[in-house]
Amino acid sequence: MKRYLPFVIVGTVALLTVGGGALLYRAKRPAALSIPKNREKSGLDQAAHVRGNPKAPITLEEFGDFECPPCANLAPVIAQIGRDYGQDLRVIFHHFPLMIHAHARQAAFAAEAAGLQDRFWEMHDLLYREQEVWSKAVDARSLFNAYAGMLGLNIDRFKKDMESDQVKLRVNSDEKRGNEIGVTITPTVFINNRAVAPPSLNDAGLRSTIKEAGAQPKEKPK
Amino acid sequence: MTTSRARIIFYTVAAVIALAGLADATYLMVQFLTGETVVCGGSADCFRVLGSAYARVGGIPIAAFGVLAYFSVFSFAIFATFGYRRAGKFFALTVWAMFAVTLWLLFVQAFVLHAYCRYCLFSAALVFVLAAVVILTPSSR
Repeated sequence: MKRYLPFVIVGTVALLTVGGGALLYRAKRPAALSIPKNREKSGLDQAAHVRGNPKAPITLEEFGDFECPPCANLAPVIAQIGRDYGQDLRVIFHHFPLMIHAHARQAAFAAEAAGLQDRFWEMHDLLYREQEVWSKAVDARSLFNAYAGMLGLNIDRFKKDMESDQVKLRVNSDEKRGNEIGVTITPTVFINNRAVAPPSLNDAGLRSTIKEAGAQPKEKPK
Repeated sequence: MTTSRARIIFYTVAAVIALAGLADATYLMVQFLTGETVVCGGSADCFRVLGSAYARVGGIPIAAFGVLAYFSVFSFAIFATFGYRRAGKFFALTVWAMFAVTLWLLFVQAFVLHAYCRYCLFSAALVFVLAAVVILTPSSR
């Protein structure tokens, strides 16, 4: 019996690990989210930030937080996918700034303020690219002003817009929409109103989900 | 205390430590799979580390390698406890490999990300204790 005992112990621990992990996964697994019909984004929502063909058959909708590292990792992936799928895909971004991030809400305001001067996506890309810098800054606000300058925005207007109710309401409205449809984490991505599972939030996973939705890339993915 | 008895005690201690590491790594892997890095202790630092590009290798979370490594250490320690001599060598080899990776991850947290994840620090502490066990375990004759 002693001869087999180490095998029994190791086997038992392997089973307990797999079983415990599976139970934990089941307990923590987010519900398979989908956007209810009455909350789907209509084709041309004036307020929505849309990149790509507004009438594209495939919609990738992201709830993101500019201070969230996985969101920053995913941003260039989504941008590249958007370029590859051309007219077949539209990308919509929604703000979902998390409480644990000190500057996330201000960053969302900065993106919205840039949006009022038609530079939302440029500020969106810049905020994600420079996340490492401003997320650790004590005075992130001055960096946002500097970014606005880099993008050629009217700084005085940008500063004023950052404080405006219009910008705050826009961010709050995105957050409210996210809460209503069950978003709790960032990034949360929906493709044609169905949430993509977190482990698939990468280049291959997104492309495969888009392919399932019926689109083919226009160019060969690099 | 005989050498053989001391070895049994050291390897048993190592197996218990490896179990703690296995639980830690399994928890982190489940968090990765559910996308729950966001609520990692409610700490933004934790999120910064676990959500960074350094937390993955080829798209696979480092926690998955941690699960594999701790399970291997546990298995080798158990077999070594039962007198399998080669298991002791594999145990030491795996622990030193984990030690090297741990040093790299601590460096990344301290000097690249400037943020510490408490689960990673717990794992680092366990690996240091395992390394001490390797050093202190008397060699077989």
